[in-house]
Amino acid sequence: MSLDRVVIVGASLAGFRAAEELRTRGHVGTITIVGDEPHRPYDRPPLSKQVLTGAKPPESTTLQVASGSVEDLDLDWRLGATATGLDLEDRTVLLGGGERLSYDGLVIATGAAPRRLPGTDHLDGVHTLRSLDDSVAIRTALAASPQRVAVVGAGFIGAEVTASTRSMGIDVSLVEALPVPLERGLGPAMGAVVADLHRDHGVDVHLGVGVVRIEGSERVERIRLTDGSVLDVDLVVVGIGVSPNTGWLEGSGLTLDNGVVCDAACRAAPGVVAAGDVARWPNERFGEVMRVEHWDNAIEMGGHAARTLLGAPEHYSPVPWFWSDQYDRKIQLAGRAAADDAVKVVSGSVEERKFVAFYGRAGRIVGVLGMSQPAKVMRWRSLVEEGASWDDALAAAAETAA
Amino acid sequence: MRVVVDYDLCESNALCMAAAPEVFEVREDDFLYVLQDEPPETQRAAVDEAVRRCPKQAITIQD
Repeated sequence: MSLDRVVIVGASLAGFRAAEELRTRGHVGTITIVGDEPHRPYDRPPLSKQVLTGAKPPESTTLQVASGSVEDLDLDWRLGATATGLDLEDRTVLLGGGERLSYDGLVIATGAAPRRLPGTDHLDGVHTLRSLDDSVAIRTALAASPQRVAVVGAGFIGAEVTASTRSMGIDVSLVEALPVPLERGLGPAMGAVVADLHRDHGVDVHLGVGVVRIEGSERVERIRLTDGSVLDVDLVVVGIGVSPNTGWLEGSGLTLDNGVVCDAACRAAPGVVAAGDVARWPNERFGEVMRVEHWDNAIEMGGHAARTLLGAPEHYSPVPWFWSDQYDRKIQLAGRAAADDAVKVVSGSVEERKFVAFYGRAGRIVGVLGMSQPAKVMRWRSLVEEGASWDDALAAAAETAA
Repeated sequence: MRVVVDYDLCESNALCMAAAPEVFEVREDDFLYVLQDEPPETQRAAVDEAVRRCPKQAITIQD
């Protein structure tokens, strides 16, 4: 059927890039974009860094298009509106206020929401970080010069909030239930290097330790850990992962399993595609069903899903890529890292916090990690794209380094 | 079109090089070099992609 009315649910990076791609590819029909925040689409990476420290004003994060202006996209905005249901048969999205949006094509890009620590909702001074408003709230709290901040969870958000807060001269305790920071993203060996990076900067690091309770009368006063220690803190930032926003799709008939389950071309149902943090799909390059929470994936998958909707359903099989800025170091990973991968440093020095490491699995290179080595990471990323053997990859690295 | 890089923002993430290798090059010194300030229109899609994929939003196109 012809594609006239497109509805995009989710007004962040993936949804916005889908809209941009639809116009770039010549879609002239209506594009309605639904977002539950009052803001136009904005860029999230600065929220745990420059916006948090005050180096960048919140309004500077508004997303732009590559050529021309956002107005050229001629989008029909529904901001501050929450999607509450989907009727696949009628091809209709239901909004909280009762409005029904008919579509010929639907892009689901509702992202994910931060998990909260149970039993903390009544306490002031306990934050999660996902939205612009979250970031501004934490910035305000940090500007009031707290004595000590506890960051619970040493994933990307927790590690970056820790680094940003330390860079403001504020004492930080970092608490992580797993043995090292970023274990899920980098594996145990390289996660240990990140732990050392935080220790280098005077962070009080607690690893392999959970939170028993966060205590206080009205405001957070202390945090009790599973190893018996008690930290006196006046601000807590919780970064213990996210859950995909699929509640509004319950009972719609779409397959939901830790995200919206799609085929290899990002299709969830006829006329329905999904992209970004909310989408799970088989990445054939890695033979793995993935849900990727990275910034770069939101861009690429948003564009890919839009092209699928326009009738060009190619398989989506990217090499995932992310970066994380912590202190003056830039951590980048192209590819995938799993706990039992072989890891080998191929360039630079771990002690100097400037190096490249390869990840290998089943005789192939599957990931390239760099700490403050951006050019090399991008250059060697092609080894992962080509599916180079582990030995060939190591040989290629040795040749370049020599 | 004219390609403009804000070097105060650029952190040499090198995503632009992956998107448009004929226009952008991050060399071993980890600095970005713009190979063509005024690339031909045939490079438009690639440069647009470089603009979108820049994590620092440091690249702009002036028409």
